[in-house]
Amino acid sequence: MPHDHAHDDHAHSLLPSDPALRVKALETILVSKGLVDPAAMEVILDTYERKVGPHLGAALVARAWADPAFAAALSDNANAAMQALGISGRQGEHVVAVENTPATHNMVVCTLCSCYPWPLLGIPPGWYKSDAYRARAVREPRKVLAEFGVTLPAGQSVRVWDSTAEVRYLVIPMRPEGTEGWDQTRLAALVTRDSMIGTGLPHPADAP
Amino acid sequence: MSRPHDMGGRKGYGPVAPEPDGIARPAAPWHRTALALTLAAGGIGAWTIDRSRHVRELLPDYARLSYYEKWLAALADLLVEKGLVTRAELAAGRADPAPLSPRAFTAEKVAPALARGTPYLRPGPAPAFATGDRVQTRSPAENAHMPGGHIRLPGYAAGKTGQVILSHGCHVFPDTNAHGLGEVPEPLYTVAFRSADLWADAESPADEVTLDLWQSYLAPA
Repeated sequence: MPHDHAHDDHAHSLLPSDPALRVKALETILVSKGLVDPAAMEVILDTYERKVGPHLGAALVARAWADPAFAAALSDNANAAMQALGISGRQGEHVVAVENTPATHNMVVCTLCSCYPWPLLGIPPGWYKSDAYRARAVREPRKVLAEFGVTLPAGQSVRVWDSTAEVRYLVIPMRPEGTEGWDQTRLAALVTRDSMIGTGLPHPADAP
Repeated sequence: MSRPHDMGGRKGYGPVAPEPDGIARPAAPWHRTALALTLAAGGIGAWTIDRSRHVRELLPDYARLSYYEKWLAALADLLVEKGLVTRAELAAGRADPAPLSPRAFTAEKVAPALARGTPYLRPGPAPAFATGDRVQTRSPAENAHMPGGHIRLPGYAAGKTGQVILSHGCHVFPDTNAHGLGEVPEPLYTVAFRSADLWADAESPADEVTLDLWQSYLAPA
């Protein structure tokens, strides 16, 4: 197999193969060498376990639903619109918001790895990183949608965005009927993580 | 050549299993450490995202490893490749104590660095294509600068015809950047392909798949 330098010997095979032991060995080595600060690891975990998650994307979507000028700004330059809500960062440097319409349903995948808009949705769920999703989303999106309980109306086409570069896609789902006059907090509660990946739909207005 | 990471369109997989809404929960405690350790080590700045992707792709057991197992194996390989850790240290599972390196991603650097990210937009050549143009992707999907090297054109989209729908300016070119051959920015486009033009057995022929593709992957169609 063609290879470039340095990897024919795969240094990682020197470590224990059990992943829990492997990560412990790497952590021990890096911390004792002064290359990793354990306090930094805690800040990283606090960020992605408590602060950054789909509630941020939901706030953006709710504002777009409630404020047509913001929706237009989001469509024109998503990163500038995100800045207005204090959202930016790693794996979301170049965001494009794609709006669902009665004619087109959007859905996002990364077939080559697991690219995902972290600052808006947090760490990707396990299924997004699975071989099955990566393989199937581009070939049979409607079957995949059915596994999420989503059946699209006749006449609505599917556009699957395979994130092959550093552009990250956020799906703006259609605003549920019966939400006229709702404030942004109430609207945001309808927006699920999966509805912003395109494998789900927002909760309906009359959801319990 | 074998490209185990290039999964788009492969057959033989079972159903996708949805998960509860909200912030994704780690499936095992070691996943948390793998995430934090990989990001903390990445914060040293010794490698690019393109290099780290390629090192993951080169793992001989890629298809067998879970997501965070790929991260850990590639992290070990990168640390040795960049001279930060020795093979003897990996084999021993320990290293001589040293004070915190000035290169380390210290706690106070984390929030600003995560918020800043690593933008890939660069000055570069004017785009050769405009939105609406028909383009054909090159085939086979192989790196033109490094035999067997990193490339972001999936095999299922090689040699296919689509339409430019977005133009993103010039972005760092992974095919060179992953191999230390420079950023060599190129115009980046989103190209839409009809399902019927990608798959012989298209599920719904008028559906579309879009890909983000660099200019040198494309020719006028």
